[in-house]
Amino acid sequence: MSFMKEQKRITLFAGHYGSGKTSIAVNFALYLKRKGSQVVIADLDIVNPYFRTKDSANLLEKEKIELISSRFANSNVDLPAMPQETYGIFDRKDKYAVLDIGGDDRGALALGRYVPYIREENNYNMLFVASCYRPLTRNAREAYEVLREIEGACSLKFTGIVNNSNIGRDTASDDILASRDFIRELCELSKLPLHFTCADIRLCPLPGYENEDVLPLVIDERYYDIKEKKEN
Amino acid sequence: MTDKVLMKGNEAIAEAAIQAGCRFYFGYPITPQTEIAAYMAKRMPKISGTFLQAESEIAAINMVYGVASAGKRVMTSSSSPGISLKSEGISYIAGCDLPALIVNVQRGGPGLGGIQPSQSDYFQATRGGGHGDYHVIALAPASVQEMADLTFKGFDLADIYRTPVMILADGTMGQMMEPVKMKDYTPPDINKDWAVTGTKMMREHNIINSLCLDPESLEISNFKRYEKYKTICEKEAMCEEYLTNDADIVIAAFGIAARVSKNAVNEARANGLKVGMIRPITLWPFPKDAFERAAEKAKAFISVELSMGQMIEDVSLAVRCRKPVYLCNRAGGMIPSPEQVLAKINEIANMSNSK
Repeated sequence: MSFMKEQKRITLFAGHYGSGKTSIAVNFALYLKRKGSQVVIADLDIVNPYFRTKDSANLLEKEKIELISSRFANSNVDLPAMPQETYGIFDRKDKYAVLDIGGDDRGALALGRYVPYIREENNYNMLFVASCYRPLTRNAREAYEVLREIEGACSLKFTGIVNNSNIGRDTASDDILASRDFIRELCELSKLPLHFTCADIRLCPLPGYENEDVLPLVIDERYYDIKEKKEN
Repeated sequence: MTDKVLMKGNEAIAEAAIQAGCRFYFGYPITPQTEIAAYMAKRMPKISGTFLQAESEIAAINMVYGVASAGKRVMTSSSSPGISLKSEGISYIAGCDLPALIVNVQRGGPGLGGIQPSQSDYFQATRGGGHGDYHVIALAPASVQEMADLTFKGFDLADIYRTPVMILADGTMGQMMEPVKMKDYTPPDINKDWAVTGTKMMREHNIINSLCLDPESLEISNFKRYEKYKTICEKEAMCEEYLTNDADIVIAAFGIAARVSKNAVNEARANGLKVGMIRPITLWPFPKDAFERAAEKAKAFISVELSMGQMIEDVSLAVRCRKPVYLCNRAGGMIPSPEQVLAKINEIANMSNSK
């Protein structure tokens, strides 16, 4: 992947609710780490108490990636609190930082208090995670609307787009190919470049994307995924 | 390009409700169903619908009561503690024979409990929930696709039988994401000449009321309602039967418990055990016939639940206690694992072998 060339110290992932930000943030942090960088990942999602970065805590610990997450995450306390360690991200400039922002404008509100530090350092990429298979961002215009709402809520501008168009485990590589027009139009509307495309690692190398940046995603199997019936 | 979209269970309910013609949503936020309200808040203003966050669950259900009286499709949603608050209103709606859709995305209890998934409102949903003699039709989805499909179905059943219908989901069903295809839907043609819509001085006025101080008349209205329930029991019970034909052990499970159990059934079959599953889709009416049929062959039943054992009573009743019914459960927001279910299957298989 060549997007490392323009790699900034801080990478923020924001986007529509359920667009896949947390999976991408975790996989992106793993990618940076395996490239040999020191990485810290921060879960700034205070909207969704169910699926969070902390679900991957064991994996992150094994890979020696520091996780900053509300101590109330995955507890039964549904409390929108951010840990004070988050500020440390902006002091320790020797580490790459990956920030997982909550969904939509409501989730992005929580980022606002850190924006002065991000602006001051001015070494960041803020990436909009887009999927044309989510019900409220089916077309580029709807996705663009969400993009602008998020910028308004956190008062930080996006610097690029990430294509995460997928329908979960049933995604075929054709489904990702079919999202090209959607992404092209979104890039035109927002005047932002496409940074990379995401795909389930089982679909990689992704046909039709040989000359483009693709981030392979390792997605945890969940206990409720129905396994194929075994033949004897 | 696929015509499916990737949805959370909660979003699937909200979108299906809109496509089923529901233009009135009243609710009050509570985890893990908040996405339903959030989705409605975004969508309703764009389609000239009404989204209203009420000051409380009690206010919300009474707004539902009002719109239902006017004959319009209307819904509310909540999670366990919120449903308890709404129960008085649901009883009133049932007492007035009004159609409405109520969604319960259950969480662990009792009391304020937690926010993790649970099925411990089974008694509440299948026995009525509030005061008085009444039932709601209780639908139990086991996939995000079914969250959508049963929402359409729920509105139809509510209109056809003039009864409140409840979707009894759980936190996992509400939060998990799966591909969904919305169906091409045409609402049934139903005459709502009972609705309070203004007489324009052209007809006698309609009255929607659950107060009836004359016991003889109140008894008659109860009898009439139970005639209707009899029809519902005869015609509307639904379930999925999985490998039950030759099964020695039959699992009873709904919703998320059925998904976990299906993996255990497959594993047990691979080990040579004859295990099947009945997944009730309607919890009320309970699909008794399927259990009665299975009881002719099966040696034992296992009820897999995210509760301290509630549906197990209906399973025992359905098989008329002729066969033993065992419980395999977790509670308080915990979910049984396929391994736990498989261990229970093996334990019972060994028991019947040693007899």
